[in-house]
Amino acid sequence: MTFRTLSSCSAAILCAATALLFTACDDDNETPAKGKLNVEFENVAGSQPLNFGSTYTTAAGDPFTVSKFNYYISNIKLTKTDGTEWAERESYHLVKQADAGSRSFQLTDIPAGEYKKLTFTIGVDSARNVSGAQTGALDPLNDMFWTWSTGYVFLKMEGNSPKSPTGNLQFHIGGFRSPNNTIRTVSPGMPAGVTVQVTAKKTSAIHLQADVLKMFTGPNPIQFAQTSNTGHSSDPNSVKIAANYAAGMFTIAHVRAGE
Amino acid sequence: MKRTRTAPLAAVLAGLLMAGCQPDADVQQPAEAVPGSVLPGNFPTPVYALEQNSPDRATFELGRRLFYDKRLSGDGTVACSSCHLQPAAFADPGRAFSTGVQGRLGTRNTPPLQNLRWRRTLLWDGGASNLEVMPLAPLTNPLEMDGSLAGALQTLNADAYYRRRFAAVYGEGPINSQQFLRALAQYLAGLTSANSRYDHYVRREGGAFDATELRGLAIFRANCASCHATDLFTDESFRNNGLDRSFPADSGRAHITGRRGERGLFKVPSLRNVALTAPYMHDGRFPTLGAVLAHYDHGVVESATLDPALRRPDGSLGIPLSAQQQAELLAFLQTLTDEPLLTNPQLGPPQ
Ligand code: HEC
Ligand code: HEC
Repeated sequence: MTFRTLSSCSAAILCAATALLFTACDDDNETPAKGKLNVEFENVAGSQPLNFGSTYTTAAGDPFTVSKFNYYISNIKLTKTDGTEWAERESYHLVKQADAGSRSFQLTDIPAGEYKKLTFTIGVDSARNVSGAQTGALDPLNDMFWTWSTGYVFLKMEGNSPKSPTGNLQFHIGGFRSPNNTIRTVSPGMPAGVTVQVTAKKTSAIHLQADVLKMFTGPNPIQFAQTSNTGHSSDPNSVKIAANYAAGMFTIAHVRAGE
Repeated sequence: MKRTRTAPLAAVLAGLLMAGCQPDADVQQPAEAVPGSVLPGNFPTPVYALEQNSPDRATFELGRRLFYDKRLSGDGTVACSSCHLQPAAFADPGRAFSTGVQGRLGTRNTPPLQNLRWRRTLLWDGGASNLEVMPLAPLTNPLEMDGSLAGALQTLNADAYYRRRFAAVYGEGPINSQQFLRALAQYLAGLTSANSRYDHYVRREGGAFDATELRGLAIFRANCASCHATDLFTDESFRNNGLDRSFPADSGRAHITGRRGERGLFKVPSLRNVALTAPYMHDGRFPTLGAVLAHYDHGVVESATLDPALRRPDGSLGIPLSAQQQAELLAFLQTLTDEPLLTNPQLGPPQ
């Protein structure tokens, strides 16, 4: 016991000393190296690319088209192979199918190292749902904010289907109060055997796919004849769809090592 | 227990400094404290803290101008002030429902705007959780201003006067939604009601109550203050005070939370300036305070969510009030009228 403490203690001292030495000799005097990582979102419908106006079919056999597909990705975290975590600050991103530029963004200031896990929230944490006027991705100008029951729409999917009683599909998912809390945090698995290298010199990319069909399958299969719109911050149907998309809408298709 | 704050002093100093380089008359205004910069000693800690949007003259004046500007609405005919009238503590007196653009009628009674800094949630159902984003509701409601945030910003950015005034507060660049909403919030947060005869009485600043008013106060404290609590006259909770047996048209708090057990619950309203804000309740159903008291005395009806405070041990409902007690309560409620709020030119339309 004593030995152990001693040895780990001396190890720590040794490490600290080495670290000091390193910093001392490092010419640009930089403490731990930082790097960047690109995160890319590609929206798909099953095995096909998502295009507005194209007809797709849900697992339940309902044909539909898409005219809008937006979602918030927030509070991004990366976990190293040694278990340490890094969290992006002010981590709010709005991905819009209609805006190619919004579909990829860069994480910066990440400690260099080997990362094995990506975690993020689909939606916006409850604190920011009740905060004052926000800017950037959370600007209420972005058409993702409910005014009569203030809070963010976490995901918007709109389109058409002959199976819908009105012909329209309008899924506005949001709400952060129990029992209809739709905030979901996911960690889509990395491709087998793959890790992400973050270094000061090279910027890798994580390429995710978001499969719109997964909104309607999973724990709560959806048929448009019964459910064709949710537009309320306390809608049990929104919770069902959030459970579906949390269960597998996002997958990591591949990781591109920085060149 | 007086709170002392540095904000007023800072604001005055800032005002003086600004006066040197600002040509606008309202910004040059005297060393009077910016409305909202002094917290009344008899109030609890505010929800929207001074530091969240430190009162200063230039921002306040900007917010005031926005509040009175009809051009923010979809067709340029309705301002916030069209429904929120200063002489009635910023309620819409005499109307159960207010009219928005094109004469469209709303669905709930317009409440007074006062002490918004202390609101935990806003609106009758608590649907708005922050004073800064709350104006988005009337701005975009088709029955009210039928406008849009983008449209309002376009109007502001096309106006050289607004551009100059926003730049003076927030720096150069296009006016953005955060600047717009925070300026408006600063004006709203400045609508403080704390100078009624009642306030002078409880703060011992002179202004004695007569015997009738004193008895009214005692009846109020015994029967009403559990809900209409503190010197804000609301505990900010949502309750069913027995107006209806079912709630097909407006389920109140349940509309926001989706919880069945909250059907028919509405925000306990403050009773400040209540003598001026008739008609009463979320749907303006009672034309007079007398009718309200009659409701509590013998009009309370049964429903699943009726507040327990309105159930009596013998199984009957309501708060029994004799004719004399009702008269005394009415006399007391009159003491909650706050003249300075109704007449302060700093809160009125900008010149
Ligand atoms: C057409 C009439 C109308 C207009 C115009 C209007 N309001 Fe209101 N206001 C109302 C009504 C009605 C309510 C209550 C609505 C509810 O509870 O659902 C209300 C509620 C409020 C509240 C909440 C008060 C509280 O104690 O909960 C605030 C704050 C407010 N309005 C500010 C504004 C501002 C700022 C504007 C301009 C951007 C504005 N209003 C424009 C009618 C109006
Ligand atoms: C159980 C809580 C409760 C008690 C006790 C209570 N009230 Fe209320 N009061 C409310 C609620 C909730 C409303 C709003 C109801 C609505 O509009 O649906 C209200 C509304 C009012 C209004 C209308 C205000 C407006 O702006 O429309 C007046 C006046 C009023 N109460 C006076 C009293 C008086 C006087 C008493 C005591 C005799 C009293 N209340 C007791 C909860 C209560």
